Amino acid sequence: MLRKALFTTALSLSTLLAVSVQAAEVNVYSARQEGLIKPLLDDFTSQTGIKVNLVTGKANALLQRLRSEGRNSPADILITVDAGNLYAAKSAGVLQPITSPALDAAVPAAYRDPDGQWYALSMRARPIMYHKGKVDPSELSTYEALADPKWKGRICIRSSDNVYNQSMVASMIATLGEARTEAWAKGFVANFARPPQGGDRDQIKAAAAGQCDIAIANTYYLGGMLNSQEAKDREAAGEVGVFWPNQADRGVHVNVSGAGVTAASRNKTEAIKLLEFLVGDDAQKWYAEVNQEYPVKSGVAWSETLSAFGPYKADGVNMGQLGVHNAAAVRLMDRVGWK
Amino acid sequence: MTRLLDVQRVSVGYHGKDVVHSASFGLRKGTIGCLLGPSGCGKTTLLRAIAGFEPVSGGRIVLGDEEVSRPGWTLPPERRQVGMVFQDFALFPHLTVADNIGFGIRRWKGEAYAARVAELLEMVGLPQYGKAYPHALSGGQQQRIALARALAPRPRLMLLDEPFSSMDVELREGLAREVRGILKQENITAMLVTHDQMEAFAIADHIGVMRAGHIMQWDNAYNLYHKPSNRFVADFIGQGVILPGTVLNAREVETEMGLIPGKVPPGCTRGMGVDVLVRPDDIQHDDASPMIGEVVEKAFRGAQFLYTLRLSGGSKVLCLTPSHHDHPTGSRIGIRLDFDHLIVFPRDVCTVEPSAELPSGGAN
Amino acid sequence: MTTVSFPDQTDPACHRTWRFGDVWSWGVVATALTLALPVLVIAGFVFVPATEVWLHLKETVLKDYIFTSLGLMIGVGVGVLAMGIPAAWMVSLCEFPGRRLFEWALLLPLAIPAYIIAYTYTGMLDFAGPVQTGLRELFDWSYGDYWFPEVRSLGGAVVMLTLVLYPYVYLLARAAFLEQSVCVLEVSRTLGAGPWAGFYRVAIPLARPAIITGLSLALMETLADYGTAQYFGLTTFTTGIFRTWFGLGDPAAAAQLSAILMGFVFLLILLERGSRRRARFHHTSSRYSRLPRYRLSGWRRAGALVACAIPVVFGFLLPALQLGWWAAITLDDWWHTDFLRLVWNSLGLAATAALIAVLLAVFMAYGKRMRSSFMVTAAVRLAGMGYAIPGTVIAVGVMLPFAWIDNGIDGWMREHFGVSTGLILSGTLVALVFSYCVRFLAVSLNTVEAALTKIKPSMDDAARCLGMPPRSVLARVHLPIMRGSVLTAGLLVFVDVLKELPATLILRPFNFNTLAVRAFELAGDERLAQSASAALAIVLAGILPVILLSRTISRSRPGHDTPA
Repeated sequence: MLRKALFTTALSLSTLLAVSVQAAEVNVYSARQEGLIKPLLDDFTSQTGIKVNLVTGKANALLQRLRSEGRNSPADILITVDAGNLYAAKSAGVLQPITSPALDAAVPAAYRDPDGQWYALSMRARPIMYHKGKVDPSELSTYEALADPKWKGRICIRSSDNVYNQSMVASMIATLGEARTEAWAKGFVANFARPPQGGDRDQIKAAAAGQCDIAIANTYYLGGMLNSQEAKDREAAGEVGVFWPNQADRGVHVNVSGAGVTAASRNKTEAIKLLEFLVGDDAQKWYAEVNQEYPVKSGVAWSETLSAFGPYKADGVNMGQLGVHNAAAVRLMDRVGWK
Repeated sequence: MTRLLDVQRVSVGYHGKDVVHSASFGLRKGTIGCLLGPSGCGKTTLLRAIAGFEPVSGGRIVLGDEEVSRPGWTLPPERRQVGMVFQDFALFPHLTVADNIGFGIRRWKGEAYAARVAELLEMVGLPQYGKAYPHALSGGQQQRIALARALAPRPRLMLLDEPFSSMDVELREGLAREVRGILKQENITAMLVTHDQMEAFAIADHIGVMRAGHIMQWDNAYNLYHKPSNRFVADFIGQGVILPGTVLNAREVETEMGLIPGKVPPGCTRGMGVDVLVRPDDIQHDDASPMIGEVVEKAFRGAQFLYTLRLSGGSKVLCLTPSHHDHPTGSRIGIRLDFDHLIVFPRDVCTVEPSAELPSGGAN
Repeated sequence: MTTVSFPDQTDPACHRTWRFGDVWSWGVVATALTLALPVLVIAGFVFVPATEVWLHLKETVLKDYIFTSLGLMIGVGVGVLAMGIPAAWMVSLCEFPGRRLFEWALLLPLAIPAYIIAYTYTGMLDFAGPVQTGLRELFDWSYGDYWFPEVRSLGGAVVMLTLVLYPYVYLLARAAFLEQSVCVLEVSRTLGAGPWAGFYRVAIPLARPAIITGLSLALMETLADYGTAQYFGLTTFTTGIFRTWFGLGDPAAAAQLSAILMGFVFLLILLERGSRRRARFHHTSSRYSRLPRYRLSGWRRAGALVACAIPVVFGFLLPALQLGWWAAITLDDWWHTDFLRLVWNSLGLAATAALIAVLLAVFMAYGKRMRSSFMVTAAVRLAGMGYAIPGTVIAVGVMLPFAWIDNGIDGWMREHFGVSTGLILSGTLVALVFSYCVRFLAVSLNTVEAALTKIKPSMDDAARCLGMPPRSVLARVHLPIMRGSVLTAGLLVFVDVLKELPATLILRPFNFNTLAVRAFELAGDERLAQSASAALAIVLAGILPVILLSRTISRSRPGHDTPA
């Protein structure tokens, strides 16, 4: 019985192991989930003949994996969906600087690392969304104004565990300083309609259903709902309007998804080629069409949905700053009781 | 004939604490031995040491010509050719009765194997049960299968650990005699452990009475009953009471019941306080006798009554009478002494540690 | 030393046998320590001096973590007992319509991952969901006009986790009820105890060790849960560990939090062991016959039906229907993708891990039975700790030593031979299967150990006397006797691995996806409908083993299928 069991084990293991890495390729660790990166990678392969191997996962876990694998890591590229983790990867020394005129030309300076260790691929804005029937956009102005007691019990936002919130607060620390941000956060948290819960879509739905008047969420979630197969989603999204805050000063908070070449990369040429492909016109259009993200490259047409949200001024703070202040942001949120 | 099993000053312990102290006895081929004693006296531990499950901390065990246990070395049980029947039978629930019996002879050739299994099924009187599973059998049937399984490989020595303890009391003696018959028929040397003396008497040729890890006496049943070498054995085996007395001379002891004749052990001198063992059969009911006892308790035993009588001095004795002698409690009946031989223990030394002069194992 | 004369009453732990070198001892200790390595790596961080992050946690959120986790444990504990025990009792010992169906249907929620059930119920019940929207439309209410329980709350999490974790209690309680000697139950009936008194005064006390084992499994899962707590915005220890590690960027403080979590687990293990020790005195008569079931009628029958139907309907039927509906409306999205490949990967991985976890459990449990020393016992305990530790933490604990070993070998080879061996184990399925074993060993070990405890030492002795060395005793006596439990252990691990997410996510090799990964990626991106097909596939793949499991338990009753 034992022997048979061992044999079966060996057999099934060897079958599984057959799915392993081959040579001449680019290896990607991606925090963008498979559905939102694989089609682009497939295009890249069919255009260049370079095979792309993919592991997806959460950015922090992939980063931990890169760190422990060290110089033997098989990964050539790390893709994240936020700036904070790009900064963390750079600080951990798992990325390497690259020079690519094509990348420099495509990606504005605020959205890439000054040393060329990482580049943004797409952008997502985190504006104020409001229930069209209950809030007049003229009442809205800035994130800071949402701390005003008149919004008491009217704001929905997700938990502070979420990196988009962490980045948003980090960006405020970067411009306003920690003390002013904390004072703001206290007032802001006091205005929550309910304890933070769910994801960004849930905030939008809650606003649409009348549980709150204001929701803070990333644009692509609203875009996704507007293009959903479920009529309910489309209906809910229709109840909600987008307001671009802080247009008179620093601009709306934006975050990026981005990528860098790893320090351990053995396929650097191919890796750079892939990055250049990912900021090419076709790829840039794809982000908007498939996931309602804003292209990072100027001059690329926006999708219909994004165009309908209107143009905006983005916060010009360098994305690296979001990573610099991330830990401080988490602590600040702990202190003000933002669950 | 030489001894098949020789246990020489064996001590066995758990966690560095001995529970069997320097036990010695031997068994000749074809005889059946028994360790008898109350729960926790170490008898099972000693049996398990003989089987090879427990290492010995002192002494040695010799099986045939081979030393199988000594401190620091133990021949594993699977290499001792010792069969064992367990208290709970330990039949393998996933195997049929026939497969259970054949377990120990699984390397035998097909025909010899089948023949042996059939032979044993026949021997234990369950020839039609080969394909049954153990849980479908009664306790007594399971017990016989366990015996057959242990017999199958023709062990040099058979060990039985409380084999009848889960049986109904009325079945025990019958089963014990049956087992004895089978063992004798196969000419198997066997060693049994029990706390039931009737069982021991029914099956064993030699019995070792154990107490607190010591073998108090190693002897045959008759001697244990009639010639107990110490007060514990006297107390443990059979019924009886102990009466205080005083030595008059080498042939007589003075007690509440008067002078009792018999051989007084050496070392007991005149005037010394002693204890006299009085068995129920030492006292006869005799209406003509001047000696009177008051009936305190009576127990009907079918052919006999067992009376507990209070003597005039307050001591109690037991008396067996034919059952037509029916006396109510509280009545006073005449009794007379009918001592075959005197069993006397010096009172003052009773509590002293085992003395070297007493045979086999020691006494206190 | 009064216990030594009755071998079946002696603790198997002090059941000594002949020592033939110490291959077993060393083998077991070495295996256990290898499996404990990830836990030890994490525990090792505790010795990194506490940073001021720790101070920050203590001042702000630590109390919250403790109370939320405790609240969750208490709630889920009460919930799984209230749901699992009565259901187990009724299908084991009562007769009512649908009983045979419920026997296995009650296990079905085991096939649903906790985070999936959380997503589906939120989709149905939250403020913007169809139920509340329907109510509002029906009565023309708006927000604030009516009260509706909040799904995404501590209470909601308790309900969600209860619905998917009660099968552990049900499973073990049922097995225990079936094993109880019919004599004991008949005695209780002759003493005038009806079904209720028989249940409350006889069956429950006798089954307590099994129930506590089930409870401790459920509570360990509760502690390790990340998906549900995170989605519901609860600040539990596990979400706190993630936040501290990745948000505050302080692995040492996160590991120190993990150490507190392990403290909780340790208490649970002690509780479970304590109850098992008592179990030895619960050996009942070995005579069995077909169980005479209590025939229920009238309101009792209705009550039994409802009590059994509630867990099945809410724990399985409703979520499965919702998933089915979502999967149907997104049909064209997924069928053309590499769906079969995902199914194959998931099943293969789960089967491999289950097999290895069971082999390890049998080896360690048997080694412990034969060579019970402090070292062996402690090492085996340690190896079982992984169950309550969140998958991500385990994964990091696996990743660090594997990469360290790989890089060490690579460095040595480069230095001496100028060859780079690269990563040998990291990023392979070996590392992944290893992490599953670390995470789920407790499941197989508990099951196998419990089964092994029930085999009396005299069985071993009898086989030894009949000329069989210990290795063969395991193969020829123990394994066949506890066949059912071994299968149970394997199936439980199989279903657990099928559902497992975080470790798979971090450790899997390139281009290797499973159903759980696919379901999570989509659900995590708040595309519930798209994630439904993969989630449904996990559930479907889990159903077959779950039904097998139920059959195994029914058969486990001695005398159930007596060959004529």
